Formats: sequence, structure tokens, C-alpha cells
Amino acid sequence: MVPVTYYITLSAVLFTIGALGVLVRRNPLIIFMSVELMLNAANLAFVAFANAHGDLRGQVFVFFVIAVAAAEVAVGLALIVAIYKSRRSINVDEMSSLKG
Amino acid sequence: MTVELVLFILLALVALATALGMLFSRNAVYSALFLVLNFGTVAVFYLLLSAPFIAMAQVTVYAGAIMVLFLFVIMLLGGDQLAPSKAIPWQRPLAVTLAFLLAAEAIYLLLFRGRPAGGIQPPGEIFGSPANIGDLLFSSYLLPFEVTSVVLLVAMIGAIVLTKKEKGEPG
Repeated sequence: MVPVTYYITLSAVLFTIGALGVLVRRNPLIIFMSVELMLNAANLAFVAFANAHGDLRGQVFVFFVIAVAAAEVAVGLALIVAIYKSRRSINVDEMSSLKG
Repeated sequence: MTVELVLFILLALVALATALGMLFSRNAVYSALFLVLNFGTVAVFYLLLSAPFIAMAQVTVYAGAIMVLFLFVIMLLGGDQLAPSKAIPWQRPLAVTLAFLLAAEAIYLLLFRGRPAGGIQPPGEIFGSPANIGDLLFSSYLLPFEVTSVVLLVAMIGAIVLTKKEKGEPG
């Protein structure tokens, strides 16, 4: 029997890799993928705890997280495409036109 | 060592390797493909955790729909040709240090402060089946479920509005 701590540790490490990706990469698409990785790590923790406590509500919550992630990706990628159309570049360092 | 433990360690190695591959690939397409593999591995974890419905949703929504969307946008924008820009020089080491701190904190809390929550139950027939999840979704969680559909609709309209061509805009 695998202790639930192993799953949570793996989830924490995956989350850290995602956070690192958001911090070090300059390509907004990769940053987005790192955010997805972090969401996924959180989902893994949810499902592991749902199993350990015998409570199905954890899995239901993961379902909602997946749905919201799909919406977030659709809008986010549309934003990136719109920014690319107006600026011909998607480098996050150059996205400072909202700066006051 | 039980079969489950061996399986867990193998899958965890694959998950970590693909996550790191996603992080360090220079080409955005490779990153996306590594991430698809990572999502697939996590789906197998869900199966081991007796969540077959979530596993299939993961494969169809994440590894299927979301990553295909990513690949389309990457190919549309040619995201791999990003010129190295003038980043703040100390940003990268600082980011790595902070990430290691975060991981160390999380693991310390889990291993030394957390209450032991017991072990993982082997996959059962009933727990986490689509019927059970659907039962919960359509009874206790009916309102959040319907709100989710509105969220998806708004996202769809938003994506169309954001990317549609303005009147008189060339190209």
C-alpha cells in the first residue's frame, strides 16, 4: 500500500516545477503550460486525499477545476493571439503597455 | 516492495522527467508534447487512486482538448523563435532558490508536521465510478455544475470576441 504522503510529495514537487516555469521562462505559452502543470499538481493532491479519506467530493472538485482550466486556457490563448496580432511579438518582457 | 509501490515510483519518475522536460525544452512544441505525456501519467495516477472518471476527463479535456489548443496556437505564432531578451540578471538564480525553498517547505510540512492520513486504498469497483460522481454532481453540486456551464459559455464567447477581426483591419 502506497502511503498518501508519497502522492502529496509528488504533487508538491510538480507544483514547484510549475512555479519555477512561471518564474524563469519568457515565453507566455510555456508560462501557461506551467500554470496548467500547477493546476494538475493540485488536482493530484485532491484525488489522493479523496481516496485516503474515502470522500468523493474531492473528485467532484477536481472535475470543476478541469472545467475552469479549460475556460481559462481558451481565454488566455485568445489573449495571447490578440496581443501577437497587435504587437507582432509575444515576449512577456514587452507586454508593458498597461503600465501607467 | 509491493507492485503498487514499484508502479508508483516508475510513474513518478516519468511524471517528474516530463515536467522537467517541459520546463527546459527550448522548442515550445516539445514542451507541449512533454506536457501531454505528463498529463497522461497523471491520468494513470488517477486510475491507481480509484478515480476512473477523473482519469478519463483528464485524458479527453487536458491531454486532448487543451493541449491541442496549445499546439494550434504554438504553430500559429511560431512560439519557438523568441529572441533572448534582456532579463534581469539575478532573476533566474533567485527564482531557482525560491522554488527550492517552496519545495523544501512543502515537503518539510508534509513529512514532519502533517498528520499521517493512512494509505491509498486499492482501486475499487464502486468508489469514483461515473455513476457515483454523476450522482453527486446532479444532487449536492447541481448549482456549481450549472455555473460551470455558464463559465464555459462565457469563455467561448470571450475567445471569439478577443480573436475576431476588427472591421477594416487588414489580414
